Amino acid sequence: MAEGENKGLVLLDFWVSPFGQRCRIALAEKGVEYEYREENLRDKSPLLLKSNPVHKKIPVLIHDGKPVCESLIIVQYIDEAWPDRAPLLPADSYARAQARFWADLVDKKMYESGTKLWKLKGEAQEEAKKEFIEILKLLEGELGDKKYFGGDTFGLVDIALVPFTAWFYSYEACANLSAEKEAPKLVPWVKRCRERESVSKSLPDPLKVYEFVCFLKKVYGIE
Amino acid sequence: MAVEVKVFRSWGNPFSYRVELALRLKGVAYEHIEEDLSNKSTLLLDYNPVHKKVPVLLHHGKPIAESLLILEYIEETWQENPILPKDPRERAVARFWCRFLDDKCLVALWMSCWTEGETQQNFMEQAKECLHLLEEELKGKKFFGGDSIGMVDIAASSIAHWLGVLEEVAGISLLDEEKYPNLCKWTEEFLKSDAVMECLPKRANLLALFQTRKQAISSVK
Repeated sequence: MAEGENKGLVLLDFWVSPFGQRCRIALAEKGVEYEYREENLRDKSPLLLKSNPVHKKIPVLIHDGKPVCESLIIVQYIDEAWPDRAPLLPADSYARAQARFWADLVDKKMYESGTKLWKLKGEAQEEAKKEFIEILKLLEGELGDKKYFGGDTFGLVDIALVPFTAWFYSYEACANLSAEKEAPKLVPWVKRCRERESVSKSLPDPLKVYEFVCFLKKVYGIE
Repeated sequence: MAVEVKVFRSWGNPFSYRVELALRLKGVAYEHIEEDLSNKSTLLLDYNPVHKKVPVLLHHGKPIAESLLILEYIEETWQENPILPKDPRERAVARFWCRFLDDKCLVALWMSCWTEGETQQNFMEQAKECLHLLEEELKGKKFFGGDSIGMVDIAASSIAHWLGVLEEVAGISLLDEEKYPNLCKWTEEFLKSDAVMECLPKRANLLALFQTRKQAISSVK
């Protein structure tokens, strides 16, 4: 093995993955250089399979040859490995617990619920819409009038949630659900986040996401 | 100065147990509040309006929900007997296995015991795969946390105690000593700890609880 080959940061990722985007945003916030490697999820690289043998999923952050898996764990790792700048979690233990709670909620609910919006039709889709609106309203309530979920500082919960905003266009097109109408208080928060370079550079064009969703629907034989 | 720590829990619930164990390992005095999960108190619903579940930790009147998150809070608040390593990478590994337990392993183990037929077979296959991964992770270590009980060990406590009871009730065998010698040795070491034993629900009572539940499910068919 060539000297230095194992050094540095590599992010194994997939362009449209909101989980991968979380890691990209966190790395950008910390101003840390890394190599981005696009994975073909239908033909996973030996490196990915070796680095995440348990789940075989992206994202994986490989730091000096050692892998870290699971997006929220990666984000916390990034925060702890570069503690001298741009803290992603608050200093106070109780506030940290709250941040982890809401990030965990986004993890548990957003992806599954959002996926149902474009995968299902008819009554099942209507149920999924109700569920999704509930989650949006919960998050809207938690944000309140704050600048970011953690207060004045952009942090873990914002990072956990903002990638899903690139899917709002797709949810509207597929399920006639406007996240902006259902949770209007989130709109200024989305705008504020997108003004951050870390976010604007990491999130895909919503139209491209929609193209991808249409492709997946064809693959799954949906409508 | 009185430290005000309360735990909303349900007797026999392994997630509540995690919180009590962590507090005891750190020598933190607390009061437990028993919840009847079929008739949840207004207090619990106020403190955990999103999930409406136990456990909830109340510290100086402020609530924290979700057992793994509570463990992180306990670790940050009381520094004695650390349950997480200091190194960021090792912490990431510990968090990974905690999530693995919650998202995959314990679900498979639990469902293996409450389902039947082909569904059960599928869950049992998943469960065995999960146990194998944990077996490998334990290689050469006394505990998942190394020389002392750590967060992953605490998260895995249902394997050390609840699993045996569930296997008996369901009439199946998952934690085979021949296949998983490391895990079985780990169980022995884990159950030697005073803190572990102090608040562990009695096996006979857990057995009665699960047998009643099994009968209730069977009688519905």
